[in-house]
Amino acid sequence: MNHIALLMENQPGALSRVIGLFSQRGYNIDSLSVAPTQDETLSRLTMTIGEEGADINQILKQLYKLVDVVMVQNLSEADALTLELAIIKLNKAKTDVEGLLKNYEFEREILDEKDNFTVFKVLGDTQEIEKLLSELKKEEFLEVTRSGTLGMTKGNESLATNDQTKISYD
Amino acid sequence: MAKVMTSGGEALIKALADENVDIIFGYPGGAALHIYDAIYQQDRVQHILVRHEQAATHAADGFARATGKPGVCLVTSGPGATNAITGIATAYMDSIPLVVISGQVPNHLIGTDAFQETDMMGISRPIVKHSFLVQKPEEIPVIVKKAFHIATSGRPGPVVIDVPKNLTDPNEKFEYKFPSDLYLRSFALYDEAENSEVKKAVKLLTEAERPVIYAGGGAINSNAAAEIYEFGKLMGCPVTNTLMGLGVYPASDEQFVGMLGMHGTYEANMVMHEADLIMAIGARFDDRITNNPNKFGLQAKKIHIDSDPSSIDKIIDVDVAMTGNAKKVISQINKELKAMNFDNKKFDGWMKKAMQWRAEHGLNHNMLNKKNPGDIILPQQVIQSTYKATDGKAFVTSDVGQHQMFAAQYYHFNEPRKWINSGGLGTMGFGLPAAMGVKFAFPDETVACITGEGSIQMCIQELSTCGQYGLPIKIINLNNRALGMVKQWQDMQYGGRYSSISYEDSLPDFIKLAESYGHVGMKVEKLSELESAMEECFALKDKLVFLDVYVDPDEHVYPMLKAGGDMSEMFLSKTEKTFE
Repeated sequence: MNHIALLMENQPGALSRVIGLFSQRGYNIDSLSVAPTQDETLSRLTMTIGEEGADINQILKQLYKLVDVVMVQNLSEADALTLELAIIKLNKAKTDVEGLLKNYEFEREILDEKDNFTVFKVLGDTQEIEKLLSELKKEEFLEVTRSGTLGMTKGNESLATNDQTKISYD
Repeated sequence: MAKVMTSGGEALIKALADENVDIIFGYPGGAALHIYDAIYQQDRVQHILVRHEQAATHAADGFARATGKPGVCLVTSGPGATNAITGIATAYMDSIPLVVISGQVPNHLIGTDAFQETDMMGISRPIVKHSFLVQKPEEIPVIVKKAFHIATSGRPGPVVIDVPKNLTDPNEKFEYKFPSDLYLRSFALYDEAENSEVKKAVKLLTEAERPVIYAGGGAINSNAAAEIYEFGKLMGCPVTNTLMGLGVYPASDEQFVGMLGMHGTYEANMVMHEADLIMAIGARFDDRITNNPNKFGLQAKKIHIDSDPSSIDKIIDVDVAMTGNAKKVISQINKELKAMNFDNKKFDGWMKKAMQWRAEHGLNHNMLNKKNPGDIILPQQVIQSTYKATDGKAFVTSDVGQHQMFAAQYYHFNEPRKWINSGGLGTMGFGLPAAMGVKFAFPDETVACITGEGSIQMCIQELSTCGQYGLPIKIINLNNRALGMVKQWQDMQYGGRYSSISYEDSLPDFIKLAESYGHVGMKVEKLSELESAMEECFALKDKLVFLDVYVDPDEHVYPMLKAGGDMSEMFLSKTEKTFE
């Protein structure tokens, strides 16, 4: 499992170039999350590649080579924080929701509820969320949506953006 | 200064002129008509009308390879754009700087399956270095400037600019400003190598016993020929060039062991196999070079200079990686070697060994041993004859197949940028349009297109373009009446089952065909007539000559590396091989 963090130009086509590097090799992207940063000209992306035997270093170099990509980091090789949000809608009649959740230390909140369903969010580690989902049976599920893993390194370092490179022509 | 007001179409052409482009290759169509109207109303940029968009990209590509300057082409949307794709991929695989401008349907029609609409950004994405979809006409000059910078810097490559028709509307004018500076966020360029890496490389080079210099297309792209020659002389060791690197080190030099790889010389492949140090310069350990990467250079330490960090440790892990411009990095190394007065005498024995390999199984080996060729012309002899008739000084373009390998082996290139072929993608149909691009760049030089009767038919319509612009290219057609390289593989690996390679009964009469376009056609079938025909062909300075040479249909290209083997495992002829 590799988590990759990446800063790229926030413009049309940039994301498809990034994703193309994976699909071209037949690698599946397990999760992907992308949104603008505090600098709205830049988007930050976190993606998870589960592929066994994927040559991640080669991919990192290829990603960095893309003109739209400003910075790349393999979070799996850094001391990093990762977090995921899931919104889960369950069939209340068939599920012991409280009994299920009491074994987890998730931050959670019920968002919508009626007699026959409940919608709640959980915030936590990706593996924990996957463990929770694996405990649920098919008939209990109504729907689930996940943010994909988000991540950044611990400490005061950041995926710093370079200042624009000025190229002068005399 | 007074404001200059232009339309988007005018701005595009004006920006090309401001980038010092004086020639572009293209084909008009609906979405590009505003741009063509702008071309008509100026005289700084000459437009060459080809007969198929693929030829426009190959011509621009040939121009770029020969001059080192970016090639430019202009096509319309839809089929114009898709026809250009093969040429863009060809340039991408060989790292050639191209700027491809494609018309696009007007903004409000994008995504509606409009007439001649294709998502050019989407279909070209995996085969471009970068691409731009123009959103506002005012940004055209900046996009052109960026496109040229990206296409030509670092590891060069093709850049697409897709221009919706409404943004080139002649009635909508805006102020034209050509930027003097560019801002690009995170566009890393590598120049000189770290001093510590230079020191490490020099240590390995001077401590080696059996070093080899292996230079490829990147050495040509960075114009490093003079530096590599000096480096070769400082080292006094064998030098080999890849198919893409031919000419970067002079073939006539005594240290040159020929091309390496799949159809490399026996001595070059043996040197690579036995070396204890491989110095790769602007070469990428391509699968046509290494053969089985797990058996490649097992005795050798490796140094790799490349402008693209993603080329390093991609196929073969190296001991010293130097990301940088080959010309500058080799200069750094040369400086160190000179400062220490390196004595290269210790490589004399190794160099002698290489020459011994050449004497045993050098290139003429197979040809000379051939039984009674009689008056049948061997394809290799056609290349030798071309070399002789041109004094070895012609620009030679080629298509893809046996004739390409024979040309690479037997036309001994002494200068870079003279050998122009599609190495990475292997595009049949490349040779003739590429020759046109070269001829436009160097109208006074001899340009020969070495081709086969298969390849030439893939872009033969360009004989018409050659007629229109009076391009006296010499087409040397190695006519073996079959798809020779495919046939060779079918001979060697498919029990001689010739599946779909023959069309002898339906070949055109190339002489009449050439004549119908207003050119000269000549046919040679006997070895005794080859030399005089070749001389006559090149003596006709002002005419395109199609020299149709009937060659031995059964000849194979040797040496040939054994599939999955190491670099010493070669077929040397139909009956000899170096392995059990």
